Formats: sequence, C-alpha cells, structure tokens
Amino acid sequence: MRALPVGDRALLIEVGTGEEAEALHAELLRRRATGELTAAEIVPAARTVLLDGLDAPSRLAERLAHWDIPPVPPRAEDVVEIAVRYDGPDLPDVAAHWGVDEAEVARIHAAAEYRVAFCGFAPGFGYLTGLPREVPRRATPRTAVPAGSVALAGPYTGVYPRSSPGGWQLIGTTDAVLWDHARVPAALLAPGTRVRFKPLETP
Amino acid sequence: MTDRALVVVRAGALTTVQDRGRPGHAHLGVPRSGALDARAADLTNRLVGNPPEAAVLETTLSGCSVRPRSTVTVAVAGAPCPVTVDGRPAAWGAPVRVPGGALLDIGAARSGVRGYVAFSGGVTVEPVLGSRSTDLLSGLGPPPLANGTVLPLGRPAGPPARVDVVPHPAPPSELVLRVTLGPRDDWFTDAALRTLTRYPYAVSSASNRIGLRTEGPALERSRAGELPSEGMVLGAVQVPPDGRPVVFLADHPTTGGYPVIAVVHPADLPGAAQAAPGTPLRFVAVRHRR
Repeated sequence: MRALPVGDRALLIEVGTGEEAEALHAELLRRRATGELTAAEIVPAARTVLLDGLDAPSRLAERLAHWDIPPVPPRAEDVVEIAVRYDGPDLPDVAAHWGVDEAEVARIHAAAEYRVAFCGFAPGFGYLTGLPREVPRRATPRTAVPAGSVALAGPYTGVYPRSSPGGWQLIGTTDAVLWDHARVPAALLAPGTRVRFKPLETP
Repeated sequence: MTDRALVVVRAGALTTVQDRGRPGHAHLGVPRSGALDARAADLTNRLVGNPPEAAVLETTLSGCSVRPRSTVTVAVAGAPCPVTVDGRPAAWGAPVRVPGGALLDIGAARSGVRGYVAFSGGVTVEPVLGSRSTDLLSGLGPPPLANGTVLPLGRPAGPPARVDVVPHPAPPSELVLRVTLGPRDDWFTDAALRTLTRYPYAVSSASNRIGLRTEGPALERSRAGELPSEGMVLGAVQVPPDGRPVVFLADHPTTGGYPVIAVVHPADLPGAAQAAPGTPLRFVAVRHRR
C-alpha cells in the first residue's frame, strides 16, 4: 500500500489489486462512520482509493500504514438483478474474440456474479468486476450509445445510465433505471453492490 | 406581475445556474460542479444580502439579459462588463435595484470570461442532490438558460450590503498557477517536469467548465501503457495522450485514466476561470519532486 499526496488536501492510496481497493474502501467508510476519519470524498477506483478534503493528509498516510485491512466480507443484502435482452450489435465481435458463439457470450455474462468496484464516467455508471473473460474496447468509439446498453470493456461490465459517447462492446439492453436523482438512493449501482444479469428472451 | 421570477430575454453564449455545487457524491460518478469563480459568486451574494449558498447566474463572455417580474436587488461581478437597466447605465460590483418589468442587461465581458449575477432571494430552481448547479458533464441540474426560460426567485433573506465599491481582483493578463507535483509525476520524464514549470503555455479556446485546456509544449511520458482509472480532484492537471496539460475545473469527471502530473493550488482556480483564450499561462511548482 502506497499513499501519494494529491495537492494539499487529498491522498491517493494505491494498492495491488481491485479486491484490495474494495477492502480498503470498505475500511475507510467504516472508519469515517465511527468519526475516526474525516474526508469529504472517498472515491474507490480500479487499484486506488482517493481521499479528498482531508485536514492532515500526511498524518493520515502515516496512520494508514499501520492499519489491518480485512477483506470485504460476503454481504448479507440482496443481489441487484438486472434483466437483459442479449441483442447488442457487438455480440458477434465479442463471440469471435472469446472463440464461442453468441448464445455462449450471453450465457457466460449471465452466469457470473458481479460487484460494483467503482463508479465514474457518468452518474450511476458502475464498473462491475467478476467478468470471467476480458475483451478489448472498440477500436472506434461510438458517438452515441443508447441508455440501458449493457456493455463490456477490459475486465469490466457496465450499463450506460444515459445516452452518451462510448467505446465499450455492446452486448445487450436493459430497461432497468440506473440513475434517477428523484429516487433515494439515486444510483442503482453504488460501489460494493452485488449484481446479477438475468437473460430475457429476445423476440 | 407580483410573482418572484425572472424571464430570460437574451441567454447569451452560455449562461448557467450555479451555487456551491454538489461535493460528496464523487463515488457515484457525480461531478462537484458549482461556480467556477466561487470568489466572485460569493461576493455577488453578499452584495444582495443572500447567504453564500444561494444560486446565481454564471455568464460566459457575452453576458445575458433578464426581466424580473417583481422588484429585486441585483449585483453583477466576476468579469468586468457594462450593466444597464432599461438602457440606463447601472453599477457593476454593487447592489442595484431593478424594478419589476424592467430589462436588466449584462453586457459582454470587457476582460475575463465569467460574470456572476445574484438576485435577492437567489434563483430557486429545484435542487438535485442538494445543489441547483448546472453540470455540463453529466447533465445534472437545470439546462443552460435559453431565451424565454422562466427562473423562480426566493424571498430576500436580508438587506443588501451598504457599499459603494468593493475590492475585486481583475481578470489575469497572465495566469500563474501554483502546482504541487504528483500524484503521477513519476509517469513523466525529468525533461517533461522541467518543461511544465519553465516553459510558457497559453489558455486554449477549447477550455470549458470541465477543464482549462492549454497550448504549448507536449509533455513526454517516461512510462508507456495505460493507467488504471483513479479518482480525480478539482485542480488536477491531467495529461492526455497529446501531451498538453488540462486543468480540471468544477465539472470535471470524478475518475479518469490519464496521469495527473500536478495539482493546482485551489486559490488560483478563480483566476483560471477568468483567463480568456490566448492568455499566457505559467505553471509554478511549489513543491519539489519527492
């Protein structure tokens, strides 16, 4: 674990793996809840957690080195289930990349259990880990990816909360509402949430 | 015509509603947003007797015109510009009483980029996650103003400030941004670090509320490959593959995958919000490399 100063009020804590980043994030949230830590933002990402709005980043960096960070325990709460029609335009490319047929892409995607490692790119866009195989981004990003597109990139899967440009491989669509700021919580997929995709029959 | 609201007559190039933004939601991918020149926005609120969190209008270069439906106290600050009420000159940087039905015109910036217009009672569009700010990156908050938009105003909280003139920094003729190197300065060559802090840059016309883009020498990386996505702070100086540094402003993304070579001192960001395209820019390191 390495703590890098970011300006005068933030720390970027680098760890070895995505699992360690999730465990550190959970530990930081726990310590903030008990009042032991004050931070305006705690932002998990692929291999790091950013702490912003700290009064004394260097002191926290010293303390962090002595923490014992337990792995994320299995959670009791329910898994969020997202119903998907596997009808995306990039199914053939993903199938070719994995050396399987298109139905098998859907089966592989729907068989795995995922966890939201971090969010970014757009409100409510979660990077879900747990995909058993990787796939490269599209060589040319699309200028508009429709809202509700279920997509793959690198080791991640995710769902576009709203129409936006994007370079992920589109394998399906869902009617699930990923982001609704009138809803509490606004994001369906906050960091740490467990997720499963349920295949719907395509007409 | 007694209701507290205003009608937008001329929206200008880009006029948005801004307050202190919506920090605290970065982990959900929600930018902080808020007034780019928060110092000027705070000043206008003080001048009309508003609390600091009241929402104001942020104009871009060409100002805007509005017609309040009832009498309000208004203050304009930020980029210096002419102010008129029904065609008659009115004060800039001081409280101005605008009668109901009169046309308030905020003219084009004489220098600087972003003007702020506070109304007694504040602009009271519906908040989203605790803020009324327009966020251009993710589309949260009210859309940018259009001609004919009607914006509600709140009840005045207190009397306007009794001042004739207020001290206010002029927009910079040269923008000097103090930076602390890191967290990813080790992704760049020593030559690139020297270039960043010794060579002149200029503010690019591609700058917006998301980032201040720059023109100048490209910064060379010492490390190839991709940086896994990581959290980004306000004022982060991110270097995309073209090598030209981008300073992240209020609507910046919450995570990103290009290395951040340095972070700008927060006190220098209001100046960055007011630096017009072409303004000379220097980055000055205030910390040595680890």
